[in-house]
Amino acid sequence: MAKYLLKRIFYLLLTLFIVITVTFFLMKLLPGTPLQNQQKLSPAQQHLILKQYGLTKPVWQQYLIYVGGVFQGNFGTSFQFSDQPVSYLISSRIGPSLLLGIQAMILGVIPGILVGALGAIKKNTWVDTTTTIVSILGISIPSFVLAVLLQYFVGLKLHLLPIADWGGFAYTVLPTIALAASPFADTARFTRTEMVDVLNSDYIELATAKGLSKWGVIYHHALRNSLIPVVTIIGPLAVNIMTGSMVIENIFSIPGIGEQFVKSILTNDYPTIMAVTIVYSVMLMVVLLITDIVYGIIDPRIRISGKSN
Amino acid sequence: MQSNETILAVNHLKINFNTYAGKVKAIRDVSFDLKKGETLAIVGESGSGKTVTTRSIMGMLANNAVVDGGNIQFHDKDVLKMSERELENLRGAQIAQIFQDPMTSLDPTMRIGRQIAEPLMIHKGVKKEKAMAQALEMMKLVGITDAENRINDYPHQFSGGMRQRIVIAIALINYPEILIADEPTTALDVTIQAQILNLMRELQDKISTSIIFITHDLGVVAGMADRVAVMYAGKIVEYGTVDEIFYNPKHPYTWGLLSSMPTLDTNSAELASIPGTPPDLLDPPKGDAFAPRNPYALKIDTEQEPPFFKVSDTHYAATWLLHPDAPKVTPPDQIIKRQEKFAEMQKAALAKAQHHQIEEEEEQQ
Amino acid sequence: MADEVKLPADSFEPLDKSKHLDSEKIAAPNLTFMQDAWRRLKKNKSAIVAMIILIIFFVLAFGSAFFSPHNPNAVNPQFANLPPKWPGININGINGTLVQAGSRVNAYQAAGAGAGVHYWLGTDYLGRDMLSRILFGTRISLTVAIVATAVDLLIGVTFGLFSGWKGGWVDNFMQRVIEIIMSIPTLVVVVLLILILKPGMMSITLAIAFSSWTTMARLIRAQTLELKEQEYVLAAKTLGESSIKVAFKHLLPNLSSIIIIQTMFTIPSAIFFEAFLSFVGIGISAPQASLGTLLNDGQKNFQFLPYQMWYPAIVLSLIMIAFNIFADGLRDAFDPQTKE
Repeated sequence: MAKYLLKRIFYLLLTLFIVITVTFFLMKLLPGTPLQNQQKLSPAQQHLILKQYGLTKPVWQQYLIYVGGVFQGNFGTSFQFSDQPVSYLISSRIGPSLLLGIQAMILGVIPGILVGALGAIKKNTWVDTTTTIVSILGISIPSFVLAVLLQYFVGLKLHLLPIADWGGFAYTVLPTIALAASPFADTARFTRTEMVDVLNSDYIELATAKGLSKWGVIYHHALRNSLIPVVTIIGPLAVNIMTGSMVIENIFSIPGIGEQFVKSILTNDYPTIMAVTIVYSVMLMVVLLITDIVYGIIDPRIRISGKSN
Repeated sequence: MQSNETILAVNHLKINFNTYAGKVKAIRDVSFDLKKGETLAIVGESGSGKTVTTRSIMGMLANNAVVDGGNIQFHDKDVLKMSERELENLRGAQIAQIFQDPMTSLDPTMRIGRQIAEPLMIHKGVKKEKAMAQALEMMKLVGITDAENRINDYPHQFSGGMRQRIVIAIALINYPEILIADEPTTALDVTIQAQILNLMRELQDKISTSIIFITHDLGVVAGMADRVAVMYAGKIVEYGTVDEIFYNPKHPYTWGLLSSMPTLDTNSAELASIPGTPPDLLDPPKGDAFAPRNPYALKIDTEQEPPFFKVSDTHYAATWLLHPDAPKVTPPDQIIKRQEKFAEMQKAALAKAQHHQIEEEEEQQ
Repeated sequence: MADEVKLPADSFEPLDKSKHLDSEKIAAPNLTFMQDAWRRLKKNKSAIVAMIILIIFFVLAFGSAFFSPHNPNAVNPQFANLPPKWPGININGINGTLVQAGSRVNAYQAAGAGAGVHYWLGTDYLGRDMLSRILFGTRISLTVAIVATAVDLLIGVTFGLFSGWKGGWVDNFMQRVIEIIMSIPTLVVVVLLILILKPGMMSITLAIAFSSWTTMARLIRAQTLELKEQEYVLAAKTLGESSIKVAFKHLLPNLSSIIIIQTMFTIPSAIFFEAFLSFVGIGISAPQASLGTLLNDGQKNFQFLPYQMWYPAIVLSLIMIAFNIFADGLRDAFDPQTKE
């Protein structure tokens, strides 16, 4: 386990390094500079600004400085807000994004598991059909369409919850629902498939033959076996939520990383784009690492024999 | 160990399956009984209805199965009429089952000690520690070495043969009256097969359970069963004691099965096989279902189903060839040889019985 | 018991062996894999309905290139923001009226449009016909999705086949590459690629393709590893067939069902990505339209002119739902085990 963990952390750092390198040089290929909004400055002033950003040095030096900085949490200075270090820009905005993301993950995964398991247990009944329809809708309807629908009906027509903005739990409800819909549907579908497989397996038949009641079989044998694999989709779900947050934060005017990312893209604020890219990648890699470790802990087949693949 | 007390009687059982394609008549009038302490083997090709029969005894038929008639008497109660609650009390306590594939029949995420102890805890209300202690005893009984250290292991840490021993331990922990073994050795290596069969025989003596042994492999039956029922297309076509079926078979299907089994004294270079495939039970043919594959088929086989003809008190076969008006046919060479051997065996048995008598008399003196 | 029945005299005549032993006859007609899958698919009503909906959308969207009710880009400021109006029907919502400041007004009259002017789905803020723009946008969205999926397919299948077939350190290395790509959120990759390639139809297509091929590659590799050990592939190799020939003759046909199923799931996700990026404002740019840009435009006036958002949203959702249901149906048809 320790060896496996070390190997995984090594790959994580390697991947992170590659991500930093690739994004750095990609950004260098792009023409934008911090001067793009200030064409009227004299050449001397322009040089001064570039120097401030460290852009007068050779590219390889800039690269080394950047990499060194990143590992100390320094992502340079924003092009868009010339007085703000990118790290501040991000750290001040990570709170709302994390809060929304975690809420959406919980709201997606737990009901998703319940609905999926119920669909499998009541397979080929109206319960199953309903859950299947709901999950197809959840997967198909884009989060931003759902967000606008929620805004329109719940916020505008029914005045139940605030339409947009940030400040207190009530403001998180609609964006959380919009973000959670797709992870919910994914989890429900995945759990249903797993559970149907498990319920058809020989060991469930043996459990029935032991004299366990239907719900006894489900509680003692089926649930654990079908829930363990659900851990493996947490990573993809996190991606899903990160993606969704870009647009959802925009629609609901939430001061989060996603909203900042879109703003940075539209204004060619490269240092911020790079920083968000790195932050997103790190978050995803950490989630993947944690889910792998958790999977190893809860699945005895992996726990004992070590990681098979 | 054997007695004449019948503990299970299946009478005229008929089971259909509703499928998209129509009604599949999987079991078409099956009757047999099981005596206390005996081993009854049910032999047949896949799809002949062996497994459906055992599932109906466990009350574990699939949702689309419909019982079309008959009953299954277990201690004066009809299993088919039991409530779900009664069935739960029956399963794993009085009737237990061993499945075909030990690699998949254990819960991969539960420690085996717990899995073995589970039936005790459900049926007898035994507390966990006590149940685990009994599970340990059972593990030793089924021959799991180093049981103390392995009781908390998971199934994937055991080999196929060991896993089947665990499955047997689960089945026997409540000392059931009936053990249904559904092809328990099919998925195992030949050497392991022999070990498992030996174990089952040994345990049968120790805990005096009756066994219904389902297999498609007649070779396994010889050393295992007291009686044999041969199934074809949802019906029993011949049944008798193991010697009667092996050495004096009457049904052409049994002939085919025996001829397709390799034996040490098989001379021919090639194994015989039964041509064709079993009939489609969506629409079973009129008359004898085996007729299309039967080289000895008579005209009446295509018109009317054969009833059981009595061969001996214990031996019956459903073939028109046993009708007094039927022409005498010559069975395949191998079967003739077997019948010759049967005659010898009967002579020998007679002699042995006499010998025995003399010995006993001598001992008495 | 048999003796009780009177049997006809000729009952016990043996049957002619050569005639009655027809047991090798196979009762069911011989179907190819594809025919069998199609037969199963036809039984799945929802999948067939989804397929018909998709066909209708495709025909309308691509047909509109030749006969569109209006020019989707024709600006007509006089008729800006007109609600839907269907000739001869007087139901609120499609009779050309709007609720403004609490009272319902006839927007067409207010704009000075003649009695013969009808916009079935209304007009946008520049007076462009919504119906035409939606058809146009659907066409672009579908084109982007399908081209992206095709490129994704090409890269994914080639990569997966090569990786699985070569095995050893090549496979190991290629899998590490995939792992690295997969640990970067797709969206970030897409955004970076679009920034480098400059926003537009071409770059968005490529960006979606480049960021989504990894799933396909993994599936194909796993399957190739399995197929590689099959006797017929070993036989072909032993007989000296070249790797390329083995790949095309023996591997691809056996991978086809996986490829088809995965493709059917990739298309809706590509549609989603395109709509997403265009909605955010880094996708398709004016004057071109896609479902995403239409939604983006519609969202700005959603509180007052909800129809400008409704119709693109409905079309996008319908296409996504239909694709997902159809893909589910295909998967069940190709792989009956997963269903039962």
